[in-house]
Amino acid sequence: MEHIPILQMGEFLLVTIQVDMHDRLALQLQDDLTNKIQATGARGVLLDISALDMVDSFIGRMIANISGMSRILDAHTVLVGMQPSVAITLVELGLTLPGVKTALNVERGMAMLRSAMGAAEKADVSSQD
Amino acid sequence: MSVVKTETLELRNEQDIVLARQAVRRLSQACGFSLVDQTKMVTAASELARNTVTYGQGGTVLCETILDGARTGLRLTFADSGPGIADVSLAMTDGWTSGNGLGMGLTGAKRLVNEFDLDTKPGSGTRVTITRWK
Repeated sequence: MEHIPILQMGEFLLVTIQVDMHDRLALQLQDDLTNKIQATGARGVLLDISALDMVDSFIGRMIANISGMSRILDAHTVLVGMQPSVAITLVELGLTLPGVKTALNVERGMAMLRSAMGAAEKADVSSQD
Repeated sequence: MSVVKTETLELRNEQDIVLARQAVRRLSQACGFSLVDQTKMVTAASELARNTVTYGQGGTVLCETILDGARTGLRLTFADSGPGIADVSLAMTDGWTSGNGLGMGLTGAKRLVNEFDLDTKPGSGTRVTITRWK
């Protein structure tokens, strides 16, 4: 069975999709990632699609699913690295990925996750007061 | 209008969808499409190839590089002998799906190309032809 590697970097998980995914591989990633979030207690996921030269509705749905599922498991997902031609095509196709957080690159994505987690911690502290 | 080059690919399973995407990428590049136009054609092909595999019980895609005067284009014909589409106007509605997809395949593919033609009858399969010009 093929898998897309999920790397742990501190409290974040990094997924870099570097192959032209067939549908089953995309579904496998949803499974693997949710299990990994549960096993590691990760609070953030960076989904790097800079190597993908197309995103169709199936992959788009997988991205939206991952974002929704991780949120329920108390982790934030940020989609990073989308190529401009992919963004243009996705919007014309009719997919705008509502609810999915995006950043231009991994560095900005990481900053976004840190600030999301910082805000969550502050909220925790103030609710204890 | 003349056909310069043809290629036919089988669409039986998920792996064939990936192979079709790669073939369409290669042919779009050979036609001299811009990166954005290549991506649109490959994405439309991916949607339609998946429809052929998932709803049409498998079929083929005919890829033709065509010349019309000074224009170069790529024409793709997805054909299956599956159940066909009973209500075409419903199938061409954004968000409607007979399966469990997003319902963006047919309508989305249509928006990504210059010409779109759908020929289907219940019981006698579906044929979708798309063309994009350079």
